[in-house]
Amino acid sequence: MSAVSPIYARRKRANMLLVAAALAATTIAVAWLFVILYELLLNGLSALGPTLFTQMTPPPGSKGGLLNPIMGSILMTVIGTLIGAPVGIMAGTYLAEYGQHSRIAGVVRFINDILLSAPSIIVGLFVYDIMVLQMGHFSGWAGSVALAILVVPVVVRTTEDMLTLVPNGLREAATALGAPKWKVIVTVAYRAAMQGMLTGIMLAIARIAGETAPLLFTALNNQFWTTNLNAPMANLPVVIFQFAMSPYADWQSLAWGGALLITFTILILNITARIVATWSSFSR
Amino acid sequence: MNAQQHATTGAAPSNATLGAPRIEVKARATEPEGQARPDLVEKVVIRDMSFFYKDFEAVRGINLALYDRHVTAFIGPSGCGKSTLLRTLNRIYDLYPGQRATGEILIDGHNILEPGQDLNLLRAKVGMVFQKPTPFPMSIFDNVAFGIRLYEKLPAAELEERVESALRRAALWEEVKDKLKQSGLSLSGGQQQRLCIARAIAVRPEILLLDEPASALDPISTQKIEELISELKSDYCIAIVTHNMQQAARSSDYTAFMYLGELVEFDETETIFTKPRDRRTEDYITGRFG
Repeated sequence: MSAVSPIYARRKRANMLLVAAALAATTIAVAWLFVILYELLLNGLSALGPTLFTQMTPPPGSKGGLLNPIMGSILMTVIGTLIGAPVGIMAGTYLAEYGQHSRIAGVVRFINDILLSAPSIIVGLFVYDIMVLQMGHFSGWAGSVALAILVVPVVVRTTEDMLTLVPNGLREAATALGAPKWKVIVTVAYRAAMQGMLTGIMLAIARIAGETAPLLFTALNNQFWTTNLNAPMANLPVVIFQFAMSPYADWQSLAWGGALLITFTILILNITARIVATWSSFSR
Repeated sequence: MNAQQHATTGAAPSNATLGAPRIEVKARATEPEGQARPDLVEKVVIRDMSFFYKDFEAVRGINLALYDRHVTAFIGPSGCGKSTLLRTLNRIYDLYPGQRATGEILIDGHNILEPGQDLNLLRAKVGMVFQKPTPFPMSIFDNVAFGIRLYEKLPAAELEERVESALRRAALWEEVKDKLKQSGLSLSGGQQQRLCIARAIAVRPEILLLDEPASALDPISTQKIEELISELKSDYCIAIVTHNMQQAARSSDYTAFMYLGELVEFDETETIFTKPRDRRTEDYITGRFG
């Protein structure tokens, strides 16, 4: 209580004010997530049930489930990832291991960054133009390709970043044993960067699992069960979009159920990605 | 004077392994200069070699021979070019654009700086161990087998044998024989470095380059590495870069002193540490600068 200088007291007050402001801002930022989750649970839980996973989307006024859009979403997400991830990994490898400081790598990096933040509806329109119009109809393939285009920039970025983090000493050591460059990359650098690269792919999956706009122009929707990728294909985001805007109570309820399902799937994917990322390849 | 004392006292604890070769060196030191020594085979001959980082000449006009089955130590202050010189011998610098060497480096009479040189074969012949241990993120076994698998397709039993013998030579077998499936990263720093040495000798190189192999290790691990070096020199031509003068004195037969990118003096280790000819060498080993 003795000699606390006025400057020090003022500094302390300023500090407390700033901490309080920062806390308030954080609360506002995070609160929305919980409000969304709460609302989802409140409205969506009642729609959850075995029929959600066993029945097809119903016509208005009757009971049904979301089996066909669930299947369609899984199918297109998997195919989109299978197309996009290898392309992304190879391009990221080029940027980190081969191109590095070359002019072309700089250009690719810049374009990739633009693609990373490109509105997904543009991607949807683009695929509509090059695939749907050419084929004459909407299709699961077109949806998968649109999703793949969204996967590529995310994976390129994380692959490059993770490979750049691999210490050069490892590459030198493998090279010094007489390993050719491709072998150094595949057996040593990939292994060291594995967790980070996997995390990147998972984040990409999480991103495309909830995309609506690109599918609206490509896969559209399908009221019936199909695994035919040449036909229009149902998928959760578009079904949610359509059902939520409808005037029918049971459709709206299904939309809530689908929204709950997709949100928690993405949440789980993100959490898994985080856990995978913490198993650093540089510990045991 | 100081350094010499360190040199002799430093060698004392590991006399059993270091004693014998050192007596040999002393004996040779008394021979008249220029006399042919049938036991000395010039494994590496460096002729008028210079090295550039872009336009900066980091190493200038080096002329030097490394003898088979002997250890040559490179000493000198930081930035004098000793690591750079070592990195030319397996052309590891080729990884980085803008780095180049001129002159000649003959290994068994063949100039490795020629453009047609197969770098992977060269590196299989010239093993290298780095300052920081660099175990690959894979099992201990796979670490050692990595280099073998690059060149030979061996049956499992034979591969295991090769891995075991490499680990034995690197004095690591007893410590890891029960956990070969564990990650190489689970080992301690000293063990990791011996793992890297095992990995390098598993390929059966003829020349071993050691770039400050013990500088990141504690004294006990350092001693193990030094014992290992004197053990290994019966089969290899070894070049070691070190900042530790005692280490150079203890574990090498020949010493090269480098300063500002030039080779100032090269002689038998005994001579360098007792009666160096160049003033700069003397100043450095007595700790007057550097």
